[in-house]
Amino acid sequence: MSSYAKPLKIALGLAVIAGLIVVPMNFNRYGLFILSQWAVMSIAAMGLNLTLGYAGQVSLAQGAFVGIGAYAAAIMTTHGWPLPAAILVAIVLSFAVGWVLGYPALRVQHHYLAFVTLAFSTLAFLVFRNESWLTGGIYGISNIPRPHIFGIATNKPLPFYYVCLGSLAIVSLAVWWLIRSPWGRAFMALRENPLRAQSLGIDTRRYTLMAFAIGSALGGVAGALYAPLTQYIDPVPFNLSLSLDLLMMVIVGGAGFYFGPFLGAMIAVLLPEWLRFTEGYYLMLYAVAVMLLLIWSPTGILGILDRYMAARRTKAASALRAVAKSRLETVQ
Amino acid sequence: MSNLFDLLVAGLATGAIYALVAVGFTLLWQTSQTINFAQGEFVMLPAFLMLAAMHAGAPFWLAIILGILLSMILLGLAFKMLLVDPMMRHGVLPLAIATMALAIGIKEAVKQFFSAEASPFPSIVPTGDISILGHAVSLQSIGVLVVAILAVLGLTTLLNRTSLGHQMQAAAQNPTVARIIGVPVERMILLTFLINAFLVALASLLITPIYLAKFSSGEVLGQAAFIAAIVGGFNQVRGAIAGGLLIGVLDNLAAAYISTQYRAAVPMIFLIAVILFRPQGLLGRAEERTV
Repeated sequence: MSSYAKPLKIALGLAVIAGLIVVPMNFNRYGLFILSQWAVMSIAAMGLNLTLGYAGQVSLAQGAFVGIGAYAAAIMTTHGWPLPAAILVAIVLSFAVGWVLGYPALRVQHHYLAFVTLAFSTLAFLVFRNESWLTGGIYGISNIPRPHIFGIATNKPLPFYYVCLGSLAIVSLAVWWLIRSPWGRAFMALRENPLRAQSLGIDTRRYTLMAFAIGSALGGVAGALYAPLTQYIDPVPFNLSLSLDLLMMVIVGGAGFYFGPFLGAMIAVLLPEWLRFTEGYYLMLYAVAVMLLLIWSPTGILGILDRYMAARRTKAASALRAVAKSRLETVQ
Repeated sequence: MSNLFDLLVAGLATGAIYALVAVGFTLLWQTSQTINFAQGEFVMLPAFLMLAAMHAGAPFWLAIILGILLSMILLGLAFKMLLVDPMMRHGVLPLAIATMALAIGIKEAVKQFFSAEASPFPSIVPTGDISILGHAVSLQSIGVLVVAILAVLGLTTLLNRTSLGHQMQAAAQNPTVARIIGVPVERMILLTFLINAFLVALASLLITPIYLAKFSSGEVLGQAAFIAAIVGGFNQVRGAIAGGLLIGVLDNLAAAYISTQYRAAVPMIFLIAVILFRPQGLLGRAEERTV
């Protein structure tokens, strides 16, 4: 079974990537905007999946980091800096703030941690809204330019979609590498059993802070792409509900699964659009769909797949065992 | 000085409402580990149920009764049976996420079926001022305080003085042992959900005349109730009451003396400080639950 599973997976992956590159070429402006938004939200959700899914630290502040990244990018690019520099600043800034936010996680866990990060989220929103000398206050920042990448202007929706998709690809590869590195394994050890991780010599303190900082930095990257995507930002999109939405994406997709955030972001961004034909009811239907899904499978969509695979594997294993047993009996 | 007095009274009045909501919140946590992110929406909805009853021609008193009954059916019974029961065994987080989705659902349903605009709501207390110690105090603040205090007193009497209350506490503290000694744990859990629904309906009745009925008003309320519950002590009913009053007063004083722009920041900073330095809350006891 496993002999053809791997090439099949690779072929499927390549088909999806090719589809993401080719299919949107004749999408209209709005379709491209939604798809770019999916890419950006996937990046932010991936960051949260690292913090929550792999390292097991609940955070309700990912939206605030998207905000920090977005404002960093908006302020810098409107002052003439190139976007890559702004992304770098967004990463450093979110990483540093995320590191500091990790300190409460050293003291408190679970729902208490959720509430500390929730409070941080609200505080960040207040700063975005009130420090108008920096952020433009409720009027926000408009005319955020889109970058020139290798001399190509990305003002049009399609080139900028490729910028978002390319960034998603880079982040995906980095995360893929990270969770397979000793760091990723340390994160998972932290999630499964912090005490045991510590007794094995893992510096849980450092890895907890690191889980927060790296997850937050990805939130910052997403924000730095969000600003040029919408070309106008104000504080409203970065309030608490964005953090809740991102958390919902991670859980619905499947926390701790590599592909969870992609699926979760797809459902959160695209499903409401597909349901738009129902007019005023679409968010209601979305809410009901999320609740039903979680009742059916609390580990998200990939949890369903995982259970199905596990069941098949058990079946295959017990079939093998039965064969072996009958062979043993015939020998005897 | 008179300004400070007014602020205190107004703060206590809103704080008493926060306390009602926070008490319900802690009850759900204690009996079923439900972190209800829709608690704010639970406060927003009953006002609309009452408004709907009045639009259908019911007099105010009947609308109140219908609203409270409907809330208990929808936000107590249905909430428990349809959402909490199937999800309880899967742990805290998936259920918390499901209540977030529920919050979106309730908000959108009200917006769609009722109105996206703020609607005025009649007050159960006559408006006007009375004079206390030479200060003019709004009757509404006094009325809110009195009703909230009565509700809280009634609840604490129920919990501490009656057999039913003792059974509820037993079910919350140690369901296994409670079941062994014959406490109908399931029924007790259902009862806390009904009590929560009653409390939010009451809070709705008290707060909506002040802030108007609007589909989005649950967000602020829900957050205030969270903070009150944690600041006071997540596992203590009296903690939630103290926390509610404290947050109400703090919020009002912060708006007056610190900055209107950052008034919402003060309770948040207070919350972070409490969690970091006294995670069990000001009146709470350290949680025995390890996981």
